[in-house]
Formats: sequence, structure tokens, C-alpha cells
Amino acid sequence: MEYTHQPEAGQVQGHAHASSHEFDDEHHHAETFWSKYVFSQDHKMISKQFLVTAVIMGVLGMLMSVIFRLQLAWPGQSFPILETILGKWGKDGILDPNFYLALVTIHGTIMVFFVLTGGLSGTFSNLLIPFQIGARDMASGFLNMLSYWFFFASCLVMFLSLFIEAGPASGGWTVYPPLSALPQAMSGSGLGMTMWLISMALFIASSLLGSLNYIVTILNLRTKGMSMTRMPLTIWAFLVTAILGVLSFPVLFAAALLLIFDRSFGTSFYLSDIYIGGMALERNGGSPILYEHLFWFLGHPEVYIVLLPALGLTSEVIATNARKPIFGYRAMVASLMAIAFLSIIVWGHHMFISGMNPFLGSVFVFTTLLVAIPSAVKVFNYITTLWKGNIHFTPAMMYAIGMVSFFISGGVTGIILGDSALDINVHDTYFVVGHFHLVMGSAAIFGMFAGVYHWFPRMYGRMMNKKLGYAHFWLTFISAYGVFFPMHFLGLAGVPRRYYTNTEFPLFDNLVDINVLVTSFAILAAVAQAIFLFNFFYSIFKGQKSPQNPWHSNTLEWTAPVEHIHGNWPGAIPEVHRWAYDYSKPGYEEDYVLQTVPLRPDEKDEGH
Amino acid sequence: MSQSASLEMPVKKLWGGGTSPFGTSYGKLMMWFFLISDAFTFSSLLISLGYARYVHADAWPVVENVFYHFPFVHGHLPLLYVGLMTFILIISSVTMVLAVDAGHTNNKKGVLFWLGLTVIGGLVFLSSQAWEWYTFIVGNPEGKLMQIVNAEGQTVMATVHGANLQYNEYGHTLFANFFFFITGFHGFHVFTGVLLNAIVWIQAYNGVFERRGHYEMVEKVGLYWHFVDLVWVFVFTFFYLL
Repeated sequence: MEYTHQPEAGQVQGHAHASSHEFDDEHHHAETFWSKYVFSQDHKMISKQFLVTAVIMGVLGMLMSVIFRLQLAWPGQSFPILETILGKWGKDGILDPNFYLALVTIHGTIMVFFVLTGGLSGTFSNLLIPFQIGARDMASGFLNMLSYWFFFASCLVMFLSLFIEAGPASGGWTVYPPLSALPQAMSGSGLGMTMWLISMALFIASSLLGSLNYIVTILNLRTKGMSMTRMPLTIWAFLVTAILGVLSFPVLFAAALLLIFDRSFGTSFYLSDIYIGGMALERNGGSPILYEHLFWFLGHPEVYIVLLPALGLTSEVIATNARKPIFGYRAMVASLMAIAFLSIIVWGHHMFISGMNPFLGSVFVFTTLLVAIPSAVKVFNYITTLWKGNIHFTPAMMYAIGMVSFFISGGVTGIILGDSALDINVHDTYFVVGHFHLVMGSAAIFGMFAGVYHWFPRMYGRMMNKKLGYAHFWLTFISAYGVFFPMHFLGLAGVPRRYYTNTEFPLFDNLVDINVLVTSFAILAAVAQAIFLFNFFYSIFKGQKSPQNPWHSNTLEWTAPVEHIHGNWPGAIPEVHRWAYDYSKPGYEEDYVLQTVPLRPDEKDEGH
Repeated sequence: MSQSASLEMPVKKLWGGGTSPFGTSYGKLMMWFFLISDAFTFSSLLISLGYARYVHADAWPVVENVFYHFPFVHGHLPLLYVGLMTFILIISSVTMVLAVDAGHTNNKKGVLFWLGLTVIGGLVFLSSQAWEWYTFIVGNPEGKLMQIVNAEGQTVMATVHGANLQYNEYGHTLFANFFFFITGFHGFHVFTGVLLNAIVWIQAYNGVFERRGHYEMVEKVGLYWHFVDLVWVFVFTFFYLL
């Protein structure tokens, strides 16, 4: 049967131009270097662009963390290499306190926004959405391209801000006013802060364009038979993530605009009763708490924008490599939605100590603790999917299991922090740092690594080296726990985060050894990433050629030819007849059944 | 036509893939989601306004005593002009509906006529807003005696006329801050809308949509224009009426 997907959509829409997505004839025009590699509108290329940019930014963010970890473990000690790298910020090999703050700030910004939001969502939503739902490309290739280039510009501005005279933004990644609003407050609040805000505005534009595309593509361009309940969980995760982005980033946009006005045009939205150098500032009536509310209304959903794609990738990798259907598909979808919904109404738990009404605090405690329910559903479903599975321990699978491990160990401390009474003790200490680095930092980056190892053959047509993958996994896994687990003890002992040094406080003297341990693991983790970088770039060019379906997976992306072509499938788009998780189904020779295989007369589809 | 087709289909088939479940093109769907996103931006601004107003209820000016001017007319006519502006903007939404309707029947003349009126309505609104800002900034001849910081950095008493981002003769500074910010942000949206409408008008005039066979672009900018009008209703309510 000669079936093409788009004309059908065109009939329903009643508009002829909907069929303009037929690639068969019109896309044979000559490709130049620029249109193929740079201003590409092809989702596969854009996905690679996102990934490589994110890898570069990730390396940058990681090296920053190593530098400030050196200071934390050996405060005041001279490391001549710092002067070589940082110049005046590392005079005599000692890290400048202002630059320490800048490093912490930019490390957070890069990791949260550029690596785990842009990099994770941008890479895998772009790669997998058209592939797994059976579409020729994104709904709008042009907006997709713009999304990447806004992202690139945003990265560039942030990167350039490292090289300006007064240093980059250094008020923490949350850039609370008044510290960030008044250039005279600290050296990083001048041009550096302005560039941070410009970068963020570009990032919001990129995220919005990307998210709109993801949502509309998933809703409109599913191939015939790909009902919502037959979609792989990756696609569900990307859909929910994109919706969260559309709802929360505009609020950050409003917050950033008001901050720009406070900084540059003399308004006082966030400013009140401020004295600088003994002089009263004539800016009154505003409230920094307003900024906190606006920021965290984005900030908390942002945590899940980071985490949900990782959960989606993990679901797919675990089901494939356990050779079992995912346990509780509908519960997985429902818990994704529940987590997303709850994430919008918990922002106050970042502000328990801000002077917010304690009653309001108790409401936020309630909503926050509710998040534990859908999260636990997901964790148990992962574990029950693994249970009695025929597990193939590929590097991707190791990372997926590692992701679940971090999600559990980081989630448990979240319950402590989510309780407003317990939070009084540990807020703004290393307990918080340990918590979120495990639950959203390590968990999300492990989800991302799982995705990279699993879909690398789909992206580059070659396999990554397995042995290097295992080495990378074990070193990273051990050192991630080595870094972030001891931080909980530091936090319980009261060590505050963001401090340049704690040598002035004798009560922390006996904790210095823990900091040395943490830093040693941080350096080990950094070295381990060199293995990944080598493996990644080497395999792009020299890796073993990949078969079409290397993991014997069910989903549609593995039915497309290994070589990337415009429109993904030569000829008609495949039709889907079953859900994505028919692994080890009784009655079939192989332990997987592609989604394109029609149901047998007596067979029941699990997805409906 | 598109609607009747989608209504007849059972839900299961509608969401079963191979078709757009809402019976709309991707562009229109994207516009809807963009508008939801933009609505969140405006909501957060209006909520911030509500917060400032609640905290500074005693220093917040009575709006009737601020906006009572009318071009070419002397006298105390509170909120009359802004009411007229609002009316003009709402009428421009009506003309937009008629333009979209004309587009459905591929009536080029109708599209040009009604879309043209919409552009004019938008321009009238923008210039009215410019006038409103101007009167607000210039203020009353008598002004108000206030404590300000002069160029040398000393705190002195001086008469302040009108309002700017630092001083406001009518009451709390934040009133002026939010006035300029929110109406400015909305005005920027109106400006963008006028620009988009004008571009679509030119395309329609050049027969781009005739060749394409449909006037869906008019519908898309129409969605945006209605949204901008709707937002103004909220700004008007929360800033002027309450």
C-alpha cells in the first residue's frame, strides 16, 4: 500500500500547504557546507549541533568546578597553574575571592541551562521526536534552526562574559537582587551581570522556539497508528518537558525584564531601603522577595525540565536492555504529568527562610512532599522493569541504572529539605548542594550519558567503544557519589555554601579533610570525562560501523536507514501497529517486535 | 469545513496518529501555545503590580486623579480617554474578525479592507498611548513638593512635575514604574501586532495568499491581535478600573 502520512493530515486540515512537508521531490537541491552543517534545518543535524555545543559547555562548567574545588580543599594555598589559566584572577596562584564567586555562578548557570536544559532537551527532543513518532522532520525546520542559533548566541555571550575586565556575573546562578541589581554592590554586578541577562533572554527565546516546535510536532505529526498511548515514554517526557518550558520560562522572562529595568533605567521593582557606603539609596518600595517568587516560579519547574527528559531516556534504555516491557506504562505517563503539575506549585520551598509567611510555607511543604508519590511510582516501575529481566549491561544501561540510583539517593534528602522546619537547619549549606547535585545534577547527566551511549549509533552511524564506556561509567559513578555524598555531612555540620573559605570558623577545622576528599573525587571525575571525550570524538570518525538496529529495539528510529537522509525514511513513512514495549513477547521468535509489525489476528496491543 | 471533518471523527481515530487531532495546521497550533506562554509573562507582571499595590495601598494614587485629560478638551474627565482607547482597540478586534471571515471565503478585497481598518485601529491606539504617556510625564503645572536627590547628590526639597521612573508627583514611584513598564510592554506587543498585520496586508495585496489558496496567515496574526486586545482588557481593569 502506498501510504504517505502528510496528505491525510492535509485532508483533515483543509489546507493545502500542510502537505508542504513532503520531502520526496523538493529536497534534492544541492547542499552546501553552510546549509548542511551550519544553518541546517534538519532535526538530526540540529540535534548534533546541540549535543556538541553542550559537551563543550559541559567541559567548561566542569573545569570551573575543579578550580573552585581546589580553593575549598586547600584554602589560600598557591597553585601556580591558576595564574597561568586565570591571569589576574589567580594572582600568585591564589584564586581571587570575587572570581571564586563568579566561577560558582557561571558553573551553575552553564550546567543548569546550557548543558542540562539546552543540551539535554535540545539534543534528544530534536533527535528522537521526529524519529520515534514517525515524522519527516520537526513541524517547523526554520524555527528549529533559529532555536539552535539563539542557543548558540546565548552560550557565546555567556562565554564572552568570562573575559571582561570586571569579571562575569557573580551573585549566584539565581542572581538575586539587590546584589545583582546594583552595579556598585560587587564587581560582577556590572557589565558581567548585563551580559548574563542578555544571555538568559536569548536562552529563553531559544527554549520557547524549541518547546513550541516539540509540542506541535508531537501533537500533529504522529504517523498513522501512533496514538498517544503507543508513544515511547521518551516522547511523553519530551512533551511534558516542553509544556513545562512554555509555562515557566515566560515568568523568568518577566523577572529578568524587571531586573534589567532596575539595573539600567532606575526603577525600583526589587529595591528598597538600601544603604551603600553609609548613603541611603533613593530607590524605595520594591521587594527583592518579589524577584524570588518570580524566579522560583521558573526555577522549580526548571529542575523538572532538566530531569524529565532524563527519566524518559532512562525508561526507554531500561526497557530495551532489560528485554522486558516497561512496567506500568500508564502509571509512568501519569506520574510524568503529576510531577510536572506539582512542580508548578512548589516554588515556595526555595524561600522558607526568606521571611515568607510560615503558613504559606506549610502549604508549600505539603505540595512539595506530594512530589515524592509520583517520583516513587517511577522508581518502583524502573525496578520492577528490571526485575527478572534478561538484562544486557550495555554502557547506556549502566548509566540508566546509575540514574535511578541517584534519583533515589538525591530524592530522599529532598524530603528533608522540603520540610520547612528541618530546612531551617540545613538551608544554604552543603546539604542543599549535595542534594540537588545528586537528584538533578548527577541523575540528569547520567540520563544524558545513557542517551548518548544508546543513540550514538543513530546520530553518527557508528558505535562508541564499550570498554571505554564501562571505564567512564565506573569512574564517574564512584566519583559522583564521592563528591556529593560527603557534602551532606558537611551540610549537617553547618558548613555554608558559596563561602570562599571557612578557615575563620574554628568549628569547621576538623571538616577540612572531607573537603580534600571531595576535591580529590572531583578531580577524578574530571579525568574520567576525558575518557568520554576521547571515546565520543574518536567514535564519530573511527568508531565501528553500526548495524541498523544495534540494541534490537522496538521503536521507529531503528527502522530508518543508518545514513541520515532528508525526510528520515526513503519512500513512505512506516505505519505503527503496536506500542513500543513488546519485548520478549510470547509467540515471537525474537525477543523484540518492531512497532511496525502488524498485530496477529489473536494478538492484543498493550498500548490501547 | 475543517471543523465538521474533525467533529465527525471518533476520538480514538482523531488521536490515533496520521492526522492532526485538533484539525489545525502546525502554525496555528504554535501560535496558540505561544500565546499561552505570553499570557504567563503578562500574568506575572500583573501579579507583581497587585503585590506592589497591596503593600503601598496608602501611597497608591487614585487613578481618576491621574488620568483625567482629554485631547483638545479642558476639564476633569476621569478615564474617559483611556476608555475611548480601549473601545478603539476592541473595535479593531471586530474588524480583525471580519478580515479573518473574509479570508475564509478567499475574498481578497474584504481582507484588505478589514485588515486595513485593523492596522489603522492599532495605530490610533498606539498614538493615543503616546499622548497618554506624554500627559503623564509632563504632569500638572502646580506639581508637588518632594524630597529628591539633586545632581550633586544632596537631598533637597523640590517641586516635581509629572512622573518618570524615579519620581512621581501623583503618588508612589512604583505606580509610575509599573505604569511605564506594563503599558510599555503591552504597547510593544501592539506595535508588533500592527507590524505583522501590515506585513500580512502587503502580502495579501500582492496576492501571495491568493496563490497559496488560503488566507491562514490572516488567522494567525488574528489570533495574536485578539490576544493583545484581551491582555489590554486585563491591563485596563487592573491598572485603571480597580
